[in-house]
Order: sequence, then C-alpha cells, then structure tokens
Amino acid sequence: MTGVWVLLVVLALTTAAGLVHRARNGRVRDTAPAEHLRDVLAQLGAQPGERATLLQFSSAFCAPCRATRRILTEVSELVPGTKHVEVDAEKHLDVVRRLGILKTPTTLVLNGRAEEVKRAAGQPRKADVLAALGQALP
Amino acid sequence: MIDPRGLRFAAWTTTFVLAVVLLTQSAELLAAQAAVFALGSRGRNPYARLYKRLSRTPPTELEPAAPPRFAQLVGLVFAVIGLTGFLAGAPLVGLIATAGALAAAFLNAAFGICLGCEMYLILTRTKTKGVPA
Repeated sequence: MTGVWVLLVVLALTTAAGLVHRARNGRVRDTAPAEHLRDVLAQLGAQPGERATLLQFSSAFCAPCRATRRILTEVSELVPGTKHVEVDAEKHLDVVRRLGILKTPTTLVLNGRAEEVKRAAGQPRKADVLAALGQALP
Repeated sequence: MIDPRGLRFAAWTTTFVLAVVLLTQSAELLAAQAAVFALGSRGRNPYARLYKRLSRTPPTELEPAAPPRFAQLVGLVFAVIGLTGFLAGAPLVGLIATAGALAAAFLNAAFGICLGCEMYLILTRTKTKGVPA
C-alpha cells in the first residue's frame, strides 16, 4: 500500500515541477538596460545589428540550442537591421559570468545601442522573440 | 548521434516499469530495470532498440548520445540502491530510490527534461574550467 502512495506523490510532485519548468522555460523577460555591451560583442568578434541584436549563448550537447539557432536566424532574416550572434558559452566563461548566464540556450535581446533589454533562458517561441523585438525597436 | 524519439519511448517504458516496481515492490523487476539501465549506459538500451525496430519513419533529427548514456548510469545507481534496499529488508529505501529514478524518467518522458543530461553538462563544464582560454 505504501508503494501506491509513493507513486502518487512522485507523479504529483514531478508533474508540478515539470509544469513550472514548462511555464518558465523560454519566456522572454524584460531586463533593465545594462551598460551597453559593445565591448562584449567586440570581444566575441561580432558586430551588433543596426536596430537590434539577438545574442545567443549555446553549448555542446544542447538540442534546444540548435532549435533556438534556427528560430533566431529566421527572425533575424525577417526583421531588417537585426543580427543573430551565437556564442559558445564554454569558450567565453568570463562573459558568461559577467552577464549572469546560468544555462544554455540563453538569448539576450540588445537594442540599437547594444544594451540588453530582454532575455530568455531556454528555447524561446518565435512569436515571443518577434514580439520582444517589436517592443525593443523604436 | 541517436534518435530522440527512441529515448522518449524508453523513458515512458521505464516510467511504467518503475511504477510497477513501486506498486509490487518486486526486487526482480527492479533488477531487470537495473540491467536495462546498465545496457543503456553503454548505448544498448533494449527499449530504444525496440523502438528502432518498430518505427516506420526515419528520425528528423538526432542528438548526441553521451548525455543520455550518463543519465542511464545515474538511473543504474538509483536502481542498485533501491535493489539493495529491497533485498536488505529496508523497503523504504527501495521505494524512495525507485521513486527517484521514476521521477527522472517521468520528467524526461512527459516534459522532455533530462536531469542526467544536465548533470553530465555540469560535470564536463567543471572538468574543462581549469583549461586556459
């Protein structure tokens, strides 16, 4: 009989944890405009977009990173003046620490002044990225 | 590189088997699942191979094998602890360890979250952190 209870509790707790994770994963959140990240981009050997930059931190063994790359590439092609920059987190641990990146993929939305205005941890939905750009762009 | 659909199928099957273990407290069934985990940690998970045999369509994408294999190893550790619990007359240990493995398998099956894979990444990251850029 104990087994039944253990099973029910485990399934209930795990379902709750899974639903919380699903709700939060990939959500594009506002961040207060950080100091502009032009120097970071230069350090990464990348040019910012004229109007916006989608800065993606990825790592190896990361299937959502590949999906995010597809999404962000499509968005950058749809929205003129937007650039997609992808960074290997493991090769730039100092930047990762400075920007407080905790997992991959993490996408930072930078405005035309290369200031971070939004970020999403986990694979974002294409519609959410487009909406975020709509807000971030003048 | 492996077919992620096979992994999900294996995760559901594992969830089901471990649920039965919880309900029956069967050491034999847990031992069998431990054997499945052991094979899985070497890339030979029988559930995944069954899926491969049954599936009619080729995979649309593949993912690296190392993290899921590590996850199977973690499952094996839980299963061995659980088995020890059941055999040593400590059924609560058996139930809790089985529940832990079940939680991971169910998270993977229903939500696509692979906890073992996350552990693998954290471990590989700390191993390479000492390497100068």
